[in-house]
Amino acid sequence: MTTIASPAAGSITSPRRRSRFALAALAAGSLLLAGCSGSAAADGDNVTPQNGGTLKVAYDVDPTCLDGQQAGQNVTLNITRQITDSLTDQDPKSGEIKPWLAKSWDVSDDAKTFTFHLRDGVKFQDDTNFTSASVKENFEAIEDLGAKASLGQTYLDGLKSIATPDKQTVTFTFDKANAQFLQATSTMNLGFYASKTLKQTAEQRCTGDDLVGTGPFALDKVEHNKAISLTRNDDYDWPSSLAAHEGPAHLDGIEFSIVPEASVRNGSLLSGQVDVDTSVQSQDEKTLEAQGLDIVSRANPGVVYNLVPKATGTIASDKAVRKALIKGIDREQLKTVVSEHQAPATSVLAKSTPQYEDLSDLLAYDPDGAKKLLDDAGWKEGADGIRAKDGKKLKTTLTYWQDAPFLELVQQQLREIGFDLQLEKKTIAEVTALQAEGKEDFTFGNLTRSDADILRNYFGADEQNANARKPGEVDKVLARTTETLDEDERKADFTEAAKLILDEGYSIPVVELTGIVGTGKNVHDFTFEASSRYQLYDTWLGGEH
Amino acid sequence: MNLRYLASRLAQGLLVLWIAFSLSFFLLYWLPGDPVITMLGAGGELQSFDPAEVARLRAEFHLDQPLIVQYLFALGNLVRLDFGTSIQAGTPVTEAIAAALPSTLALAALALGLALIIGTVIAVTATLTRRPWLRDTLAALPGLGVALPTFWVGLMLLQVFSFRIPLFPAVGTGTPAAIVLPAVTLAIPLSAIIAQVLFRSLQNAWIQPFVTTYTASGYTRLRLLLRQALPVALLPTLTMGGVLFGQALAGSVVVENVFSRQGLGRLAQTAVTGQDIPLVQGIVLFAAAVFVLVNLITDLTYPLLDPRLRAARRKLESTSGNTLAEASDRADGSAGASPAGSTAVTAAAGSTATATGIEGARA
Repeated sequence: MTTIASPAAGSITSPRRRSRFALAALAAGSLLLAGCSGSAAADGDNVTPQNGGTLKVAYDVDPTCLDGQQAGQNVTLNITRQITDSLTDQDPKSGEIKPWLAKSWDVSDDAKTFTFHLRDGVKFQDDTNFTSASVKENFEAIEDLGAKASLGQTYLDGLKSIATPDKQTVTFTFDKANAQFLQATSTMNLGFYASKTLKQTAEQRCTGDDLVGTGPFALDKVEHNKAISLTRNDDYDWPSSLAAHEGPAHLDGIEFSIVPEASVRNGSLLSGQVDVDTSVQSQDEKTLEAQGLDIVSRANPGVVYNLVPKATGTIASDKAVRKALIKGIDREQLKTVVSEHQAPATSVLAKSTPQYEDLSDLLAYDPDGAKKLLDDAGWKEGADGIRAKDGKKLKTTLTYWQDAPFLELVQQQLREIGFDLQLEKKTIAEVTALQAEGKEDFTFGNLTRSDADILRNYFGADEQNANARKPGEVDKVLARTTETLDEDERKADFTEAAKLILDEGYSIPVVELTGIVGTGKNVHDFTFEASSRYQLYDTWLGGEH
Repeated sequence: MNLRYLASRLAQGLLVLWIAFSLSFFLLYWLPGDPVITMLGAGGELQSFDPAEVARLRAEFHLDQPLIVQYLFALGNLVRLDFGTSIQAGTPVTEAIAAALPSTLALAALALGLALIIGTVIAVTATLTRRPWLRDTLAALPGLGVALPTFWVGLMLLQVFSFRIPLFPAVGTGTPAAIVLPAVTLAIPLSAIIAQVLFRSLQNAWIQPFVTTYTASGYTRLRLLLRQALPVALLPTLTMGGVLFGQALAGSVVVENVFSRQGLGRLAQTAVTGQDIPLVQGIVLFAAAVFVLVNLITDLTYPLLDPRLRAARRKLESTSGNTLAEASDRADGSAGASPAGSTAVTAAAGSTATATGIEGARA
């Protein structure tokens, strides 16, 4: 287990220098993000970042909509992070909120009023000024986008008014406590665009024409299914307080090319035709490492890959079944089929979530316990080894679209306890439509956010209510989390909520989702921000590929 | 050719377009899934949606109307040449197709050109050679060329000529060199079809009496083949233009994915997986329209390319000229693609096109 190195640079250790960095990190007492491992810091004397060069990044899918305020796709948000800035930044190590475009802020004790004091001299890439009016204009635009900005809507839930007493001050007032809003201001979903971008229709903004931000890179050219190029914003002088340097970015530009074939991405990286493969397959990791290339990874914070039972389902409505599923999965064994950079779940939340607490004792493998639960609930084993009750088989069909081969091992493990899990991999379109119908017993997926509020948002009976259940004890605990700004208190509340969720079997955690990125030897300081999207402001190119 | 014939062919073409449009419309409607939910859930992570907003968006795309109303609405837009807007990318469908088209056309044209050369060389060599083993080997190549998965061929070419020996870039459409490997990959199955058909018709031509006549008058095998037999044999091959064009377009889906190229194939694939109905329909209609056009041009220009007409024009005085005309008639018919036959089956099977058809794909 290694840790992220220097907190300021947010850079990541290479195997060669791991011990030194690990020591430094230990000294800093920052083991929060243990489980992240990585690459590409520096080679020997070559530690001064060099300017220049275009970073060639290979994506696996085309970002269909380029507007980060609308999209939830990682491929889009990785680009959005480079072209827009946010009011605040979140330290990926500690989860703390740090100044960025806002140099300071005050939050009222009831967590209903948030006042931000903006930095001076910030300009959009079209040379217009970024002021409190820009903040107001952007947040109103997000509200106008409605369902098209579904993440933004949850962040701004209950927003009553936005006041701009002067050019550098903006005050948000909510009609109910909204403690999660501070972290939300650090996300790229609440990044800022110039007035001329906001005047366009939602569809026009998706195309990427005139998508103008304040960020260190400007969107230059969008060619769908081919490439998206960014060029350096030479006037940039307002990096996040977490950045390692000042002034414009080191790179001249970034080119994201869309390379759907995994073997082609891998071959292109190995032959130096691209610098970064954003989606390395686990079978290729060894080859890359053997060639001296680096693997960088960071688990997505938020809700891990999990099975989500519906209280309305025919078998998922039985608590004994839900709890037996938690006990029936051998998570240690799942390690054999996932990447060595990916970890089995140890809670509903991934380790990289700031309010994470290890709950692995609630997720212990206990097949006998699972069988007993099912026996006691009247699910008797049939001749084919599958249990049944009142003529109803203990069987369900799980539809999913993710690249999740570990589900096949889960299927085998659950068969041991007499549960027949049928797997059907379909297209995103089909799966989302089925989920919207809500007729399935179980759904599968994850949710990325660098704040445990995702638990409230996703499982809360008043919110998305993923379990389609009636309000209960857990909702009272979740409601409490919105009212306090004290991080220790929030963590305690979220941990209590996570325990209640597991105790009722409302989530059956499987593994963490981890993006595995391969980088060439010439790539230095390729960093992840708190939500595990890329922050390429400090990234630089130097030396041989 | 008269105007009445032209009008009836145009009407046939429109009928084909209407059928293609209707079939794709109902097929897409029948597929499970909801384009609005797909669009909102583009992140892929589990989310729930405000039902009111979903309803508003469904209304915006007329998805809340009964099927028949949606169909008539879409048909009405089509008649006004309004192809709508891509649900996922927000760009007008015509713009999305126009952006993807040049790269696919360049790929298809180069692949067809290469395929024509490779296919002809294989067929001619196989016909000319007096070595049975060489003839048998060459005659077996087309079968192999069709059987090799395009996907695999592409990956192998990349592995050797890009990753091991860095001759060509693996990624993108940026440089002229980037088109070489994709074009070769796509040309392999196309050349197999050409070689197969051409070899057959050359063999047919080779046993015609005019060959004996020419041989008797002192023609060498090579000259006889190139000057006399090949033009006769090429005609049925060139009527394959429509099929080849269809193959090239279908092949581009795989080739563009393997070589990370922008193009119609990639666009079609992402549109289908994302259930981007307006975009899928736009692509289907575009492909159908080009197909109809290629076949129309084929049938209209066929008489101009018919060797019998050329033979008549040359007013050959020798008796061998008459023999040639008769022979070509028979050779032509034996390949099963006489002009009259082709006209009858064009609209439905779309199996005819000539050299002009191939140029049509290029333009």
